[in-house]
Amino acid sequence: MSLRAAARAYPALLRTGFAAAVAYRAEFVIWMFSTNMPLIMLALWAAVARSGPVGAYTQRGFAAYYLSTLLVRLLTGSWVVWELTMEIRQGDLAMRLLRPLHPLIAYSAENLAAVPLRGIVAIPVVSILLWTARGQLGHDPILWLLLMPALLGAWLLTFLVMALIGTLALYLESATSLFEAWLGISAVLSGYLVPLDLFPQAVQRIALVLPFRFLLSFPVELMLGKHGRGEALALLGGQWLYVAFALLATNLVWRAGLRRFSAYGG
Amino acid sequence: MRRALSIVRAQLRASIALALQYRLEFLVEGGLAILWMAVTLVPVLVVFGTRHAVEGWTFPEMLLVLGWFVALKGVLEGAVSPSLTSVIEHVRKGTLDFVLLKPADAQLLVSVAKLEPWRVVDLVGAGLIFAYAFGKLGRTPTAGEVLAAGVMLLGALLVLYSISILVVSIAFFAVRVDNLLYLFQSVFDVARWPSTIFRGFLAVLFTYVLPLALMTTYPALALLGKLQMGTALGGLAGTVAFAAFARLVWSRSIRKYTSASS
Repeated sequence: MSLRAAARAYPALLRTGFAAAVAYRAEFVIWMFSTNMPLIMLALWAAVARSGPVGAYTQRGFAAYYLSTLLVRLLTGSWVVWELTMEIRQGDLAMRLLRPLHPLIAYSAENLAAVPLRGIVAIPVVSILLWTARGQLGHDPILWLLLMPALLGAWLLTFLVMALIGTLALYLESATSLFEAWLGISAVLSGYLVPLDLFPQAVQRIALVLPFRFLLSFPVELMLGKHGRGEALALLGGQWLYVAFALLATNLVWRAGLRRFSAYGG
Repeated sequence: MRRALSIVRAQLRASIALALQYRLEFLVEGGLAILWMAVTLVPVLVVFGTRHAVEGWTFPEMLLVLGWFVALKGVLEGAVSPSLTSVIEHVRKGTLDFVLLKPADAQLLVSVAKLEPWRVVDLVGAGLIFAYAFGKLGRTPTAGEVLAAGVMLLGALLVLYSISILVVSIAFFAVRVDNLLYLFQSVFDVARWPSTIFRGFLAVLFTYVLPLALMTTYPALALLGKLQMGTALGGLAGTVAFAAFARLVWSRSIRKYTSASS
Protein backbone atom coordinates (compact mmCIF):
# COMPACT_ATOMS: atom_id res chain seq x y z
CA MET A 1 0.00 0.00 0.00
CA SER A 2 1.49 3.29 -0.99
CA LEU A 3 0.99 6.62 0.64
CA ARG A 4 -0.08 7.97 -2.74
CA ALA A 5 -3.01 5.53 -2.84
CA ALA A 6 -3.98 6.57 0.66
CA ALA A 7 -3.86 10.25 -0.31
CA ARG A 8 -6.10 9.52 -3.29
CA ALA A 9 -8.62 7.62 -1.19
CA TYR A 10 -8.63 10.11 1.67
CA PRO A 11 -11.10 12.71 0.27
CA ALA A 12 -13.64 9.99 -0.51
CA LEU A 13 -13.18 8.53 2.98
CA LEU A 14 -13.73 11.96 4.52
CA ARG A 15 -16.91 12.40 2.50
CA THR A 16 -18.37 9.07 3.61
CA GLY A 17 -17.34 9.76 7.18
CA PHE A 18 -19.10 13.12 7.09
CA ALA A 19 -22.20 11.50 5.58
CA ALA A 20 -22.21 8.93 8.40
CA ALA A 21 -21.98 11.69 11.00
CA VAL A 22 -24.91 13.51 9.38
CA ALA A 23 -26.93 10.30 9.16
CA TYR A 24 -26.67 9.73 12.92
CA ARG A 25 -27.09 13.39 13.82
CA ALA A 26 -29.31 12.86 16.88
CA GLU A 27 -26.74 10.59 18.52
CA PHE A 28 -24.02 12.91 17.35
CA VAL A 29 -25.54 15.91 19.11
CA ILE A 30 -26.13 13.89 22.27
CA TRP A 31 -22.48 12.87 22.35
CA MET A 32 -21.57 16.52 22.04
CA PHE A 33 -23.85 17.49 24.91
CA SER A 34 -22.27 14.89 27.13
CA THR A 35 -19.01 16.82 26.89
CA ASN A 36 -20.07 19.16 29.66
CA MET A 37 -17.30 18.88 32.24
CA PRO A 38 -15.77 22.30 31.38
CA LEU A 39 -19.15 23.92 32.05
CA ILE A 40 -19.47 22.09 35.37
CA MET A 41 -16.02 23.30 36.36
CA LEU A 42 -16.90 26.81 35.19
CA ALA A 43 -19.90 26.78 37.54
CA LEU A 44 -17.63 26.05 40.51
CA TRP A 45 -14.93 28.56 39.62
CA ALA A 46 -17.47 31.26 38.79
CA ALA A 47 -18.86 30.83 42.29
CA VAL A 48 -15.35 30.97 43.74
CA ALA A 49 -14.41 34.09 41.76
CA ARG A 50 -17.53 35.96 42.92
CA SER A 51 -15.52 37.03 45.95
CA GLY A 52 -12.54 38.23 43.91
CA PRO A 53 -10.13 36.90 41.29
CA VAL A 54 -8.21 33.64 41.73
CA GLY A 55 -4.62 33.93 40.55
CA ALA A 56 -4.84 35.60 37.14
CA TYR A 57 -8.48 34.61 36.65
CA THR A 58 -11.53 36.77 37.19
CA GLN A 59 -15.03 35.41 36.63
CA ARG A 60 -14.76 36.43 32.98
CA GLY A 61 -11.29 34.93 32.82
CA PHE A 62 -12.66 31.59 33.96
CA ALA A 63 -15.51 31.86 31.45
CA ALA A 64 -13.01 32.45 28.63
CA TYR A 65 -10.79 29.60 29.84
CA TYR A 66 -13.46 26.94 30.16
CA LEU A 67 -15.37 27.91 27.01
CA SER A 68 -12.13 27.71 25.05
CA THR A 69 -11.43 24.36 26.69
CA LEU A 70 -14.86 23.12 25.66
CA LEU A 71 -14.32 24.25 22.09
CA VAL A 72 -10.86 22.69 21.81
CA ARG A 73 -12.10 19.45 23.35
CA LEU A 74 -14.98 19.24 20.88
CA LEU A 75 -12.77 19.99 17.90
CA THR A 76 -9.99 17.56 18.82
CA GLY A 77 -12.05 14.60 20.06
CA SER A 78 -11.76 11.07 18.67
CA TRP A 79 -13.26 7.72 19.53
CA VAL A 80 -10.93 5.34 17.72
CA VAL A 81 -9.83 3.50 20.88
CA TRP A 82 -13.36 2.19 21.55
CA GLU A 83 -13.90 1.13 17.96
CA LEU A 84 -10.47 -0.44 17.57
CA THR A 85 -10.62 -2.51 20.77
CA MET A 86 -14.10 -3.75 19.89
CA GLU A 87 -13.13 -4.68 16.35
CA ILE A 88 -10.05 -6.52 17.57
CA ARG A 89 -12.11 -8.46 20.11
CA GLN A 90 -14.91 -9.30 17.70
CA GLY A 91 -12.59 -10.04 14.80
CA ASP A 92 -14.05 -7.34 12.55
CA LEU A 93 -10.55 -6.01 12.07
CA ALA A 94 -10.02 -8.84 9.56
CA MET A 95 -12.37 -7.05 7.16
CA ARG A 96 -10.36 -3.88 7.37
CA LEU A 97 -7.10 -5.72 6.84
CA LEU A 98 -8.39 -7.03 3.53
CA ARG A 99 -8.76 -3.54 2.13
CA PRO A 100 -5.87 -1.99 0.23
CA LEU A 101 -5.61 0.75 2.84
CA HIS A 102 -3.98 0.85 6.25
CA PRO A 103 -6.77 0.45 8.86
CA LEU A 104 -5.37 3.27 11.00
CA ILE A 105 -5.61 5.63 8.01
CA ALA A 106 -9.22 4.59 7.49
CA TYR A 107 -9.97 5.16 11.18
CA SER A 108 -8.30 8.55 11.08
CA ALA A 109 -10.51 9.59 8.14
CA GLU A 110 -13.66 8.45 9.97
CA ASN A 111 -12.68 10.33 13.10
CA LEU A 112 -11.51 13.45 11.33
CA ALA A 113 -14.67 13.61 9.22
CA ALA A 114 -16.76 14.25 12.33
CA VAL A 115 -14.82 17.40 13.20
CA PRO A 116 -16.51 19.74 10.65
CA LEU A 117 -19.99 18.79 11.86
CA ARG A 118 -18.93 19.32 15.46
CA GLY A 119 -17.52 22.66 14.42
CA ILE A 120 -20.77 23.64 12.70
CA VAL A 121 -22.69 22.97 15.92
CA ALA A 122 -20.14 24.14 18.46
CA ILE A 123 -18.37 27.14 16.97
CA PRO A 124 -21.41 29.46 16.70
CA VAL A 125 -22.71 28.64 20.17
CA VAL A 126 -19.37 28.85 21.92
CA SER A 127 -18.37 31.96 19.98
CA ILE A 128 -21.47 33.80 21.14
CA LEU A 129 -20.67 32.82 24.72
CA LEU A 130 -17.02 33.73 24.28
CA TRP A 131 -18.06 37.16 22.98
CA THR A 132 -19.13 38.08 26.51
CA ALA A 133 -15.57 37.38 27.65
CA ARG A 134 -13.78 38.70 24.58
CA GLY A 135 -11.59 41.01 26.63
CA GLN A 136 -9.89 37.92 28.05
CA LEU A 137 -8.92 36.48 24.67
CA GLY A 138 -5.56 36.99 23.03
CA HIS A 139 -5.05 39.97 20.70
CA ASP A 140 -2.01 38.82 18.72
CA PRO A 141 -3.12 37.62 15.25
CA ILE A 142 0.05 35.52 14.93
CA LEU A 143 -0.99 33.45 17.93
CA TRP A 144 -4.42 32.92 16.38
CA LEU A 145 -2.65 31.77 13.21
CA LEU A 146 -0.59 29.32 15.25
CA LEU A 147 -3.84 28.00 16.71
CA MET A 148 -4.56 26.08 13.50
CA PRO A 149 -1.43 23.87 13.55
CA ALA A 150 -1.80 23.59 17.33
CA LEU A 151 -5.35 22.28 16.98
CA LEU A 152 -4.26 19.88 14.27
CA GLY A 153 -1.40 18.72 16.48
CA ALA A 154 -3.76 18.27 19.43
CA TRP A 155 -6.16 16.26 17.27
CA LEU A 156 -3.35 14.09 15.91
CA LEU A 157 -1.86 13.49 19.35
CA THR A 158 -5.27 12.56 20.78
CA PHE A 159 -5.94 10.24 17.87
CA LEU A 160 -2.51 8.61 17.95
CA VAL A 161 -2.57 7.96 21.68
CA MET A 162 -6.01 6.40 21.27
CA ALA A 163 -4.77 4.32 18.33
CA LEU A 164 -1.69 3.27 20.28
CA ILE A 165 -3.64 2.15 23.34
CA GLY A 166 -6.30 0.59 21.11
CA THR A 167 -3.60 -1.40 19.29
CA LEU A 168 -2.43 -2.68 22.66
CA ALA A 169 -5.68 -4.66 22.72
CA LEU A 170 -3.78 -7.08 20.50
CA TYR A 171 -1.62 -7.87 23.54
CA LEU A 172 -3.84 -7.03 26.51
CA GLU A 173 -7.42 -7.72 27.42
CA SER A 174 -7.77 -4.57 29.46
CA ALA A 175 -6.66 -1.98 26.89
CA THR A 176 -9.82 0.08 27.47
CA SER A 177 -9.07 0.18 31.20
CA LEU A 178 -5.60 1.42 30.38
CA PHE A 179 -7.18 4.16 28.31
CA GLU A 180 -9.54 5.04 31.18
CA ALA A 181 -6.48 5.51 33.37
CA TRP A 182 -4.93 7.73 30.71
CA LEU A 183 -8.16 9.75 30.61
CA GLY A 184 -8.15 10.23 34.36
CA ILE A 185 -4.57 11.45 34.51
CA SER A 186 -5.05 13.54 31.41
CA ALA A 187 -8.13 15.23 32.90
CA VAL A 188 -5.90 16.64 35.62
CA LEU A 189 -2.68 17.33 33.73
CA SER A 190 -4.13 18.63 30.44
CA GLY A 191 -5.94 21.52 32.09
CA TYR A 192 -9.36 19.99 31.45
CA LEU A 193 -10.53 20.33 35.05
CA VAL A 194 -8.34 23.11 36.45
CA PRO A 195 -6.19 25.66 34.57
CA LEU A 196 -2.61 24.44 34.87
CA ASP A 197 -1.33 27.75 36.26
CA LEU A 198 -3.52 27.35 39.35
CA PHE A 199 -1.70 24.21 40.44
CA PRO A 200 1.18 24.36 42.94
CA GLN A 201 4.56 25.11 41.34
CA ALA A 202 5.82 21.51 41.60
CA VAL A 203 2.79 20.09 39.79
CA GLN A 204 3.01 22.81 37.15
CA ARG A 205 6.62 22.00 36.37
CA ILE A 206 5.73 18.33 35.81
CA ALA A 207 2.65 19.18 33.77
CA LEU A 208 4.59 21.47 31.47
CA VAL A 209 6.87 18.75 30.12
CA LEU A 210 4.41 15.85 29.92
CA PRO A 211 2.42 15.32 26.69
CA PHE A 212 -0.99 15.91 28.32
CA ARG A 213 -0.70 19.68 28.11
CA PHE A 214 -0.40 19.56 24.33
CA LEU A 215 -3.71 17.72 24.03
CA LEU A 216 -5.75 20.60 25.36
CA SER A 217 -4.14 23.29 27.43
CA PHE A 218 -1.70 24.49 24.78
CA PRO A 219 -4.32 25.48 22.15
CA VAL A 220 -6.37 27.08 24.94
CA GLU A 221 -3.32 29.06 26.08
CA LEU A 222 -2.93 30.32 22.50
CA MET A 223 -6.58 31.42 22.40
CA LEU A 224 -6.12 33.29 25.66
CA GLY A 225 -2.89 34.88 24.40
CA LYS A 226 -0.78 33.66 27.30
CA HIS A 227 2.47 33.36 25.37
CA GLY A 228 4.83 35.55 23.38
CA ARG A 229 5.41 34.58 19.76
CA GLY A 230 8.77 32.88 20.29
CA GLU A 231 7.55 30.86 23.24
CA ALA A 232 4.42 29.81 21.34
CA LEU A 233 6.53 28.62 18.40
CA ALA A 234 8.79 26.62 20.69
CA LEU A 235 5.78 25.00 22.31
CA LEU A 236 4.31 24.18 18.92
CA GLY A 237 7.59 22.47 18.07
CA GLY A 238 7.37 20.48 21.30
CA GLN A 239 3.83 19.45 20.49
CA TRP A 240 4.73 18.19 17.03
CA LEU A 241 7.71 16.36 18.47
CA TYR A 242 5.28 14.43 20.64
CA VAL A 243 3.10 13.83 17.57
CA ALA A 244 6.07 12.40 15.66
CA PHE A 245 7.00 10.22 18.61
CA ALA A 246 3.42 8.95 19.00
CA LEU A 247 3.26 8.20 15.27
CA LEU A 248 6.45 6.17 15.46
CA ALA A 249 5.34 4.28 18.56
CA THR A 250 1.91 3.52 17.11
CA ASN A 251 3.48 2.24 13.94
CA LEU A 252 5.88 -0.07 15.76
CA VAL A 253 3.26 -1.47 18.11
CA TRP A 254 0.83 -1.95 15.24
CA ARG A 255 3.31 -3.89 13.12
CA ALA A 256 4.45 -6.13 15.94
CA GLY A 257 0.94 -6.61 17.27
CA LEU A 258 -0.68 -7.52 13.99
CA ARG A 259 1.27 -10.78 13.88
CA ARG A 260 -0.64 -11.81 16.97
CA PHE A 261 -4.04 -11.01 15.50
CA SER A 262 -6.28 -13.90 14.67
CA ALA A 263 -9.95 -13.92 13.75
CA TYR A 264 -12.32 -16.68 12.84
CA GLY A 265 -13.89 -16.64 9.41
CA GLY A 266 -17.60 -17.07 9.20
CA MET B 1 -43.85 -9.00 47.85
CA ARG B 2 -41.91 -11.99 49.15
CA ARG B 3 -41.79 -13.29 45.58
CA ALA B 4 -40.35 -10.01 44.35
CA LEU B 5 -37.69 -10.13 47.03
CA SER B 6 -36.66 -13.66 46.18
CA ILE B 7 -36.42 -12.68 42.50
CA VAL B 8 -34.18 -9.77 43.40
CA ARG B 9 -32.02 -12.02 45.54
CA ALA B 10 -31.64 -14.65 42.82
CA GLN B 11 -30.85 -12.04 40.18
CA LEU B 12 -28.29 -10.33 42.37
CA ARG B 13 -26.60 -13.63 43.15
CA ALA B 14 -26.41 -14.50 39.48
CA SER B 15 -25.05 -11.12 38.42
CA ILE B 16 -22.45 -11.05 41.20
CA ALA B 17 -21.32 -14.58 40.32
CA LEU B 18 -21.06 -13.52 36.69
CA ALA B 19 -18.94 -10.50 37.52
CA LEU B 20 -16.70 -12.35 39.98
CA GLN B 21 -15.53 -14.68 37.24
CA TYR B 22 -13.32 -11.89 36.00
CA ARG B 23 -10.96 -11.45 38.91
CA LEU B 24 -8.33 -9.41 37.14
CA GLU B 25 -11.01 -7.05 35.90
CA PHE B 26 -12.14 -6.70 39.50
CA LEU B 27 -8.70 -5.46 40.50
CA VAL B 28 -8.20 -3.24 37.46
CA GLU B 29 -11.63 -1.64 37.72
CA GLY B 30 -11.25 -1.19 41.46
CA GLY B 31 -7.97 0.63 40.85
CA LEU B 32 -9.63 2.81 38.24
CA ALA B 33 -12.43 3.69 40.66
CA ILE B 34 -9.80 4.93 43.12
CA LEU B 35 -8.05 6.94 40.41
CA TRP B 36 -11.28 8.65 39.38
CA MET B 37 -12.09 9.42 42.98
CA ALA B 38 -8.75 11.18 43.27
CA VAL B 39 -9.44 13.07 40.03
CA THR B 40 -12.80 14.18 41.47
CA LEU B 41 -11.04 15.59 44.53
CA VAL B 42 -8.39 17.59 42.63
CA PRO B 43 -10.48 20.67 41.70
CA VAL B 44 -11.84 20.95 45.24
CA LEU B 45 -8.34 20.76 46.70
CA VAL B 46 -7.18 23.51 44.34
CA VAL B 47 -10.20 25.70 45.14
CA PHE B 48 -9.73 25.40 48.88
CA GLY B 49 -6.04 26.10 48.47
CA THR B 50 -7.14 29.67 47.68
CA ARG B 51 -10.36 30.08 49.69
CA HIS B 52 -11.75 29.14 53.08
CA ALA B 53 -15.35 28.93 51.95
CA VAL B 54 -17.30 28.96 48.69
CA GLU B 55 -20.86 30.25 48.87
CA GLY B 56 -20.90 29.42 52.57
CA TRP B 57 -19.50 25.90 52.15
CA THR B 58 -16.26 25.18 53.97
CA PHE B 59 -13.83 22.48 52.85
CA PRO B 60 -15.12 19.65 55.07
CA GLU B 61 -18.73 20.54 54.28
CA MET B 62 -17.96 20.44 50.58
CA LEU B 63 -16.31 17.04 51.13
CA LEU B 64 -19.58 15.72 52.50
CA VAL B 65 -21.32 16.66 49.25
CA LEU B 66 -18.50 15.04 47.29
CA GLY B 67 -18.76 11.93 49.45
CA TRP B 68 -22.42 11.54 48.55
CA PHE B 69 -21.56 12.22 44.94
CA VAL B 70 -18.89 9.50 44.85
CA ALA B 71 -21.24 7.02 46.52
CA LEU B 72 -24.18 7.77 44.22
CA LYS B 73 -21.97 7.78 41.14
CA GLY B 74 -20.83 4.31 42.20
CA VAL B 75 -24.44 3.15 42.52
CA LEU B 76 -25.40 4.76 39.22
CA GLU B 77 -22.52 3.30 37.22
CA GLY B 78 -22.24 0.07 39.17
CA ALA B 79 -25.85 -0.98 39.54
CA VAL B 80 -28.35 1.21 37.68
CA SER B 81 -26.72 1.95 34.32
CA PRO B 82 -25.34 -1.52 33.49
CA SER B 83 -28.77 -3.11 33.89
CA LEU B 84 -30.66 -0.44 32.07
CA THR B 85 -28.18 -0.26 29.22
CA SER B 86 -29.01 -3.88 28.54
CA VAL B 87 -32.70 -2.91 28.19
CA ILE B 88 -31.82 -0.61 25.31
CA GLU B 89 -29.86 -3.47 23.77
CA HIS B 90 -32.89 -5.76 24.23
CA VAL B 91 -35.20 -3.26 22.56
CA ARG B 92 -32.92 -2.87 19.58
CA LYS B 93 -32.42 -6.56 19.07
CA GLY B 94 -35.99 -7.50 19.89
CA THR B 95 -34.90 -9.85 22.65
CA LEU B 96 -36.96 -8.05 25.29
CA ASP B 97 -39.58 -10.72 24.49
CA PHE B 98 -37.73 -13.16 26.68
CA VAL B 99 -37.94 -10.78 29.61
CA LEU B 100 -41.59 -9.89 29.06
CA LEU B 101 -42.57 -13.55 28.82
CA LYS B 102 -41.29 -14.34 32.29
CA PRO B 103 -43.98 -14.48 34.99
CA ALA B 104 -42.62 -11.51 36.95
CA ASP B 105 -42.67 -7.75 36.70
CA ALA B 106 -40.54 -6.73 33.72
CA GLN B 107 -39.28 -3.54 35.32
CA LEU B 108 -38.08 -5.48 38.35
CA LEU B 109 -36.34 -8.05 36.15
CA VAL B 110 -34.49 -5.58 33.97
CA SER B 111 -33.49 -3.36 36.89
CA VAL B 112 -31.35 -5.98 38.62
CA ALA B 113 -30.06 -7.73 35.52
CA LYS B 114 -26.42 -6.71 35.75
CA LEU B 115 -24.06 -5.46 38.44
CA GLU B 116 -20.49 -4.29 38.55
CA PRO B 117 -19.57 -5.28 42.12
CA TRP B 118 -16.15 -3.60 42.02
CA ARG B 119 -17.91 -0.25 42.30
CA VAL B 120 -18.19 -1.11 46.00
CA VAL B 121 -14.79 0.61 46.07
CA ASP B 122 -16.70 3.87 45.53
CA LEU B 123 -18.81 3.26 48.61
CA VAL B 124 -15.70 2.54 50.68
CA GLY B 125 -14.09 5.69 49.29
CA ALA B 126 -17.16 7.72 50.18
CA GLY B 127 -16.95 6.32 53.71
CA LEU B 128 -13.32 7.44 53.98
CA ILE B 129 -14.21 10.90 52.68
CA PHE B 130 -16.96 11.19 55.31
CA ALA B 131 -14.62 10.05 58.06
CA TYR B 132 -12.00 12.60 57.03
CA ALA B 133 -14.56 15.38 56.70
CA PHE B 134 -16.02 14.78 60.14
CA GLY B 135 -12.53 14.57 61.57
CA LYS B 136 -11.89 18.05 60.14
CA LEU B 137 -15.23 19.34 61.39
CA GLY B 138 -14.37 18.02 64.83
CA ARG B 139 -17.78 16.56 65.50
CA THR B 140 -19.76 13.39 64.93
CA PRO B 141 -23.28 13.53 63.54
CA THR B 142 -26.06 12.68 65.98
CA ALA B 143 -28.22 9.61 65.48
CA GLY B 144 -31.06 11.82 64.32
CA GLU B 145 -28.88 13.47 61.69
CA VAL B 146 -27.65 10.10 60.41
CA LEU B 147 -31.23 8.88 60.24
CA ALA B 148 -32.32 11.98 58.34
CA ALA B 149 -29.39 11.57 55.94
CA GLY B 150 -30.32 7.91 55.46
CA VAL B 151 -33.88 8.82 54.57
CA MET B 152 -32.67 11.51 52.17
CA LEU B 153 -30.29 8.96 50.65
CA LEU B 154 -33.15 6.56 49.98
CA GLY B 155 -34.97 9.42 48.27
CA ALA B 156 -31.84 10.18 46.25
CA LEU B 157 -31.52 6.59 45.10
CA LEU B 158 -35.17 6.54 44.11
CA VAL B 159 -34.78 9.71 42.05
CA LEU B 160 -31.62 8.41 40.43
CA TYR B 161 -33.32 5.19 39.47
CA SER B 162 -36.48 6.95 38.27
CA ILE B 163 -34.57 9.28 35.99
CA SER B 164 -32.75 6.31 34.51
CA ILE B 165 -36.03 4.47 33.92
CA LEU B 166 -37.43 7.59 32.21
CA VAL B 167 -34.37 7.80 29.99
CA VAL B 168 -34.59 4.13 29.09
CA SER B 169 -38.27 4.49 28.25
CA ILE B 170 -37.24 6.81 25.45
CA ALA B 171 -35.56 3.80 23.82
CA PHE B 172 -39.01 2.42 23.00
CA PHE B 173 -39.78 5.46 20.87
CA ALA B 174 -36.38 6.31 19.42
CA VAL B 175 -34.27 3.20 19.15
CA ARG B 176 -31.30 4.98 17.61
CA VAL B 177 -30.80 7.23 20.59
CA ASP B 178 -29.01 4.67 22.72
CA ASN B 179 -26.54 7.08 24.25
CA LEU B 180 -29.12 9.07 26.24
CA LEU B 181 -28.26 7.14 29.38
CA TYR B 182 -24.66 8.15 28.88
CA LEU B 183 -25.79 11.76 28.57
CA PHE B 184 -27.59 11.49 31.90
CA GLN B 185 -24.47 10.02 33.50
CA SER B 186 -22.49 13.01 32.35
CA VAL B 187 -25.14 15.50 33.52
CA PHE B 188 -25.09 13.78 36.90
CA ASP B 189 -21.55 15.11 37.27
CA VAL B 190 -23.18 18.44 38.17
CA ALA B 191 -24.25 16.87 41.47
CA ARG B 192 -20.65 16.98 42.71
CA TRP B 193 -21.14 20.62 43.76
CA PRO B 194 -23.60 21.93 46.35
CA SER B 195 -26.67 23.21 44.54
CA THR B 196 -26.27 26.68 46.05
CA ILE B 197 -23.27 27.50 43.86
CA PHE B 198 -25.59 27.74 40.88
CA ARG B 199 -27.42 30.96 40.18
CA GLY B 200 -30.60 31.89 38.35
CA PHE B 201 -31.85 29.52 35.69
CA LEU B 202 -29.39 26.75 36.52
CA ALA B 203 -30.36 26.79 40.19
CA VAL B 204 -34.01 26.23 39.27
CA LEU B 205 -33.09 23.58 36.71
CA PHE B 206 -30.98 21.49 39.07
CA THR B 207 -33.37 21.80 42.02
CA TYR B 208 -36.78 21.25 40.46
CA VAL B 209 -36.52 19.97 36.88
CA LEU B 210 -33.58 17.62 37.30
CA PRO B 211 -33.50 17.26 41.10
CA LEU B 212 -29.75 16.93 41.54
CA ALA B 213 -29.87 19.05 44.71
CA LEU B 214 -31.96 16.33 46.27
CA MET B 215 -29.30 13.74 45.62
CA THR B 216 -26.15 15.13 47.18
CA THR B 217 -26.82 18.54 48.74
CA TYR B 218 -29.78 17.59 50.94
CA PRO B 219 -28.20 14.43 52.38
CA ALA B 220 -25.04 16.44 53.11
CA LEU B 221 -27.09 19.18 54.81
CA ALA B 222 -28.89 16.47 56.78
CA LEU B 223 -25.56 15.13 58.09
CA LEU B 224 -24.64 18.67 59.12
CA GLY B 225 -27.98 19.10 60.85
CA LYS B 226 -28.72 22.08 58.62
CA LEU B 227 -31.57 20.61 56.60
CA GLN B 228 -34.93 22.28 57.25
CA MET B 229 -37.79 19.90 58.00
CA GLY B 230 -39.98 21.56 55.37
CA THR B 231 -37.36 21.20 52.65
CA ALA B 232 -36.80 17.56 53.52
CA LEU B 233 -40.48 16.66 53.48
CA GLY B 234 -41.06 18.61 50.27
CA GLY B 235 -38.14 16.85 48.67
CA LEU B 236 -39.36 13.43 49.71
CA ALA B 237 -42.91 14.11 48.51
CA GLY B 238 -41.47 15.22 45.18
CA THR B 239 -39.37 12.06 45.04
CA VAL B 240 -42.33 9.75 45.52
CA ALA B 241 -44.35 11.61 42.90
CA PHE B 242 -41.41 11.44 40.52
CA ALA B 243 -41.02 7.68 41.01
CA ALA B 244 -44.73 7.11 40.41
CA PHE B 245 -44.50 9.16 37.22
CA ALA B 246 -41.50 7.13 36.03
CA ARG B 247 -43.36 3.88 36.67
CA LEU B 248 -46.34 5.21 34.68
CA VAL B 249 -44.16 6.23 31.75
CA TRP B 250 -42.39 2.86 31.78
CA SER B 251 -45.63 0.88 31.64
CA ARG B 252 -46.99 3.15 28.90
CA SER B 253 -43.79 2.87 26.84
CA ILE B 254 -43.54 -0.87 27.11
CA ARG B 255 -46.77 -1.11 25.13
CA LYS B 256 -44.93 0.58 22.29
CA TYR B 257 -42.47 -2.27 22.14
CA THR B 258 -42.59 -4.24 18.92
CA SER B 259 -40.84 -7.55 19.04
CA ALA B 260 -38.28 -8.59 16.46
CA SER B 261 -39.93 -11.89 15.62
CA SER B 262 -41.91 -11.95 12.39
